[in-house]
Amino acid sequence: MRRRHFLTLSAATLGGVLVYSLDRKASLLASEQKPIRIPLRFFTETEALIVAAAASRIFPSDDSSPGAREAGVSIYIDRQLAGSYGRDRYRYTQPPFEDAPRELGYQAEKTPRQIYREGLKDLKGFHRLYPEHQDFALKQIESSTFFALLRQNTIEGMFCDPMHGGNAGMVGWQLIGFPGPRMSNFDEIDKYYGQSFRPKPASLTEVTHAEIRPSEDER
Amino acid sequence: MKSLPAVDVVIIGGGWSGLLMAKELGSRTSLSIVVLERGPSRDSAGYANSMDELDYAIRLRMMQDLSQETVTLRHDSNKRALPLRQHGAFLPGAGVGGSGEHWNAQCPRFLPDCFELLSQTTAKYGAGALPKDHSIQDWGITYDELEPYYTQTERLLGVSGKAGNIKGTKIDGGNIFEGWRSEEYPTPPTKVPYFAALFRDGAKSLGYHPYTAPSATISQSYTNPDGIGRGACTYCGFCGRFGCMVGAKAQPSNLLLPIIQKKKNIALRTGAWVRRILFDSASKPAARGVTYIDDHGEEVFQPAALVVLSSWTFSNTRLLLLSGIGEPYDPVSGRGTVGRNLTHQISIPAATAFFGKPLNRFMGSGSAGFLMSDFDGDVFDHSSLPFLRGGTFSARGYGFQPIASFGVLPRSVKATWGAEWKKAAVSYYDRIATVTFTGEHLAYKNNFMDLDSSYKDKLGDPLLRLTLDWRDNERNMADFATPKAVEIARAMGAEEINPFSGLRQYDATRYQSTHVQGGTIMGNSPTHSVVNPFLQHWQLPNLFILGGSTFPQNASANPTPTILALTYRTADALVNRYLKNPGPLA
Repeated sequence: MRRRHFLTLSAATLGGVLVYSLDRKASLLASEQKPIRIPLRFFTETEALIVAAAASRIFPSDDSSPGAREAGVSIYIDRQLAGSYGRDRYRYTQPPFEDAPRELGYQAEKTPRQIYREGLKDLKGFHRLYPEHQDFALKQIESSTFFALLRQNTIEGMFCDPMHGGNAGMVGWQLIGFPGPRMSNFDEIDKYYGQSFRPKPASLTEVTHAEIRPSEDER
Repeated sequence: MKSLPAVDVVIIGGGWSGLLMAKELGSRTSLSIVVLERGPSRDSAGYANSMDELDYAIRLRMMQDLSQETVTLRHDSNKRALPLRQHGAFLPGAGVGGSGEHWNAQCPRFLPDCFELLSQTTAKYGAGALPKDHSIQDWGITYDELEPYYTQTERLLGVSGKAGNIKGTKIDGGNIFEGWRSEEYPTPPTKVPYFAALFRDGAKSLGYHPYTAPSATISQSYTNPDGIGRGACTYCGFCGRFGCMVGAKAQPSNLLLPIIQKKKNIALRTGAWVRRILFDSASKPAARGVTYIDDHGEEVFQPAALVVLSSWTFSNTRLLLLSGIGEPYDPVSGRGTVGRNLTHQISIPAATAFFGKPLNRFMGSGSAGFLMSDFDGDVFDHSSLPFLRGGTFSARGYGFQPIASFGVLPRSVKATWGAEWKKAAVSYYDRIATVTFTGEHLAYKNNFMDLDSSYKDKLGDPLLRLTLDWRDNERNMADFATPKAVEIARAMGAEEINPFSGLRQYDATRYQSTHVQGGTIMGNSPTHSVVNPFLQHWQLPNLFILGGSTFPQNASANPTPTILALTYRTADALVNRYLKNPGPLA
């Protein structure tokens, strides 16, 4: 049994009012509230802090728009690695493992969990570096499998349905004008030629009013 | 091994072709029929709950579980094949309905000359024009013979579109290059997403002949000849890789299952993993039935008088090889038939275009859009070109979702992460669209399938091995298509364009299409084909094989209507001829 780890987040460090979907219960985190502790499923607290810091250099926040930090990307990645994806539940993992040309796809034995755990060892103390030093450290590993995975998972955590723990408050969807799963665009599809049509985003649970079990929660 | 009570018909695979055959035989005869599907059942009423890009379009929840079985691939016979450990170039579906649940419902017919490719190409250009290592063949059937079954298929699905050739009369606005059709589409064309409208106008301004893409996700409510009604598409954008939440998309689960479930003579068993087809080879060769692992993990024998093999291309081919039915193809001697003529399809983002205006790309459907066939098949002269055949250009409003489409940028942007990248990717997010080119893939002697010698499935059976690569014909066709797509994108008003960088080695990591064909091909001669033109096995007359595995080579069009039309034709041959007098039909 692993020791329980938590990621402690405060509204001040995150800059504002956010909704986090914790174990699929929404929590409102307002600036006057005390910090909240999010139970981690895979990462240690230090690993989660490093992933949060690295993801926010890949997809940074700026004055006008949110990034990986506000979206809760590190929470998303923690859940994915704890679930079937992190364990390679659906990948063909029989040996022998051999090097292959790029066109045959990823051939190695390591699961995403192993790739993260090893990759994070090369980023010791990363979360305490200045941003420019963080960028330099990431440049050193830019061509690694770990970085490719981290970059891909960061994009996923920015734009997934909030039930997966990322895209908190649908900040990612608002950023790019994606409305989420809309039941009908019948009247609009040929009405807004050349003009933007930006309905207010809604998550899948909000749209269907159904309890939906995401893949990372499957046994 | 436990032996189950014998049935009249056992059908292996509960996708489009297997369930259509079950419905036809179950409705038109009193035969006892068992359908064996190795995947789970599907709750199509719950498809709204699957409108989640991450679990369905990225993690691919509706696709086959590769931890149990995959295929290996090598680019040529001298190389060692390695397993495709994750999904990539194609996405075979799992469960009842198969890939027919998660398809995009694009519904074109093949061009008439596709069925007589060898004889027509030779007649026009001479045998010397064909690539030296080709193995293209005629299908043993003509378009004219198949036309009534195409019409029957389109009525079943309620296909939306506009005809371009009714009984030889060309009609503006439809595809004037298509083969003749006996009637108009059952429902009118779908609505047009903005990007597709730009393509239509751009292509027209260049003198081309764009037409609305035929779509089995329907434009208005429709009741088919079986009495199955469906409503209109709402352009929610969750089509390919998803089940349709309103049932506007034609799926086996909404068109075939409701009928099958009412028939007392049809049983559908899920979780049934077929391992072998058993057969007698003595005086009267015939299939005896199949063995499968049932949903309790027990291996059982299901005897049957008639065996229909209708799983996907790979499993159709692999089951014959594992069962020792027919002679495996040997590319060196040219002998044998099982596994030959493996083809895929050219499917390239020929021009990725960046616009100044928003496109509202989240709205759409997997088949709402425009196509043009001005460079398809042999509708243009190839005398002075370095390739044969061609393909279609298309612009579709698939309904784009953010994880897969975020971060496509003009080549002028160099950053791939960080502040500059984010700014550019956010700014371009809704202003990107692709002019796609989808082209024919010729068959070659050295593109084939056999059993892998080292990698196994979860039961210890050898994986199927693909030997597959592009040749000059495909590379030259892609090089020809790319500047044409760029020209169209420019006419559409694109500000920046990324042209396709060229086909090199076959890339199993880039999704192309789930249209992999061949392995158990049809034809006029048992020396060059596995099944006859009625999809009946040449040596075992009570074995019929349905699906894309029977295509001698691939066309540029999507295969589902052709698969269903051939299935209807085989059902007719079974009911009208075979059952009255079992034996070879050709």
